[in-house]
Amino acid sequence: MEILFYGIINSISLALMALGFTLVYGISRVPNFAHGALYVFAGFLTWIILNKLGLPYPLAILLALICSALLGAVISMGVLVRIRGMEMSEVIATYALGVAILEGFRWAGFKGMTYTLPPFFKGSVQILGVPIDYQRIMVVVLGVAVLAALWLFTRLTRMGLALRGIAQDERAAMMLGIDSDFAATIAMGIGCALAGLAAVILLPLGNIVIEAGYNVLIFAIAVCVVGGLGSWGGAVIASFVIGFAQILTVAYIRPQFQMVVALLAILVTLIIRPSGFFGRQKELEERV
Amino acid sequence: MAEEGRRKERIDRGIKIRTSGLYAISGWPELFYLIFPRFILIAGILSLPLVFSFAPYWRRVVCIVCIYAMLSIAFDFLANFVGLINLGSSFFIGLGGYLTAILNAQWGLPPVLSIPIATVAGAVISTILLLPCLPLRGIYFAIVSLMFPLIFEKLIQAFNILGGTNGIVGLDGFSNAWWEGYTIIVVTLIVLFGLRRLVNEDVGLVLRGVKDNDQAVKASGISVTFCKALAVFIASGIGCFAGAFLSHLYMWAGLSLFALDFSIMPIAATVIGGGGTLVGALIGSFILVPLSELLRSFGTLRVVFYSLVLTAFIIFKSEGIMVYAQRKYHQFERWVKV
Repeated sequence: MEILFYGIINSISLALMALGFTLVYGISRVPNFAHGALYVFAGFLTWIILNKLGLPYPLAILLALICSALLGAVISMGVLVRIRGMEMSEVIATYALGVAILEGFRWAGFKGMTYTLPPFFKGSVQILGVPIDYQRIMVVVLGVAVLAALWLFTRLTRMGLALRGIAQDERAAMMLGIDSDFAATIAMGIGCALAGLAAVILLPLGNIVIEAGYNVLIFAIAVCVVGGLGSWGGAVIASFVIGFAQILTVAYIRPQFQMVVALLAILVTLIIRPSGFFGRQKELEERV
Repeated sequence: MAEEGRRKERIDRGIKIRTSGLYAISGWPELFYLIFPRFILIAGILSLPLVFSFAPYWRRVVCIVCIYAMLSIAFDFLANFVGLINLGSSFFIGLGGYLTAILNAQWGLPPVLSIPIATVAGAVISTILLLPCLPLRGIYFAIVSLMFPLIFEKLIQAFNILGGTNGIVGLDGFSNAWWEGYTIIVVTLIVLFGLRRLVNEDVGLVLRGVKDNDQAVKASGISVTFCKALAVFIASGIGCFAGAFLSHLYMWAGLSLFALDFSIMPIAATVIGGGGTLVGALIGSFILVPLSELLRSFGTLRVVFYSLVLTAFIIFKSEGIMVYAQRKYHQFERWVKV
């Protein structure tokens, strides 16, 4: 029972981490290797606004999310638009930017175990004999809410439909008057805001550490690769697969292997079925 | 860029055609034109230990620069001649370093044996490990290659093998500093000119074919996977030698051999120096590594620094220093009416 509950919580956390990455890749075909850095960036920014500026918690979260969205948009406009289509440059540039952000925080002295965000609600509750704190329940609730909101956004709003149009067929969408670069910028903004949102929801469960940036990037990539890059349904299913696999390893083997599971999932998927187990986009020949 | 009605025309110098393509050298100036840049490079690098003979610290830095230069050349070779973007060069360093540490500190082989054995064994191991990933291209290979050093680091931590987080200590050092400096410099030069020769041979042509159009290579009846495996073997051998040398230099092999520096610095050096020239990668590391050594007191700020330099170069000057220099050396430009 414990494994079931914590497996679900872990899976939703993974889905939250991966959502921004898969959104950006799905729409603009940019592998955002700075994703994990944005996650940590939002976490530290919330901490700074909360503790140094003394603003209330919800306002701090809102500001941090806006800042990460803006940072994402700036990266997109300043860097990615100039090197669109050059895959190698995109990978290297986003990776370098991510490393710059993370190591910049490390240089500024944000290291160690001292940085924590307060949970939204304190305390815990017993469900079927399993103690679960409110924050973890919030993770599940908010995770599902974010997924639902994103689904509605891409299906009901004009902007969301435009983004999907770009994702499906860039040329046709451009002929219908959708600005591809603008859409990419919006996508990057939303993707980075989602990374930030994942950070503020998940970070109260532990400390904010720099290494989380690299870990989140790997988890996000693992989920996206297993689910098929750019496929959202696949990403959600894959996060459940990997989430439960991780919880099972922690329970039965050793906690240190959590990361190894994610890495092996990537390797095995890429070797067996590079388009991902649920990838619907037909670009196999492009990958292999 | 250019104004209306005219454009810049670039034409190869005649002397370039005679000295590079045909080798129809007909006099001292042309011989000089051909040899001068190479001579400057070789003499410059060989004289470095002499120049710094009174500054042991900087002599050590020259060794480190050469190690990074070899990694960068390997990265450039894989990325621009075979089309495999390797974000995890530190995997080669770590593999070579740990292998030589086992051979030397635990089995007692002297460095003269342990470094070559670690080089070859490391190349074989990394080729076998990367073999299943070789059908992948582009960002997919980049993702997988990013994983490898991380996986090894986590495994060593999790199983607490190979000295765990403390690493393996007690490797033999080099008997004297001249020996140490000139070994790595000579090997770097051999690697550089050897690879330059290789990419201009038939094998290099096929490898470039793999990068640009692997369907065509397949259609010619050449195994793409074999070509990629061969390239990975060469590149990882270079990387493993660098790693083995490094751990003998520090007389220690530990988890920091898998550190991020070894992965991102070669990329930065290649981009800054100019991808696809091989010399550019070397020049890039001769610029970047001493700079980051000067910035050592700033801690991780130097990583930030060269990440930003790297991004800036990718956006604004993606051709790199060496491509620019070669263009200026080999070609003249003039404005022509359109």
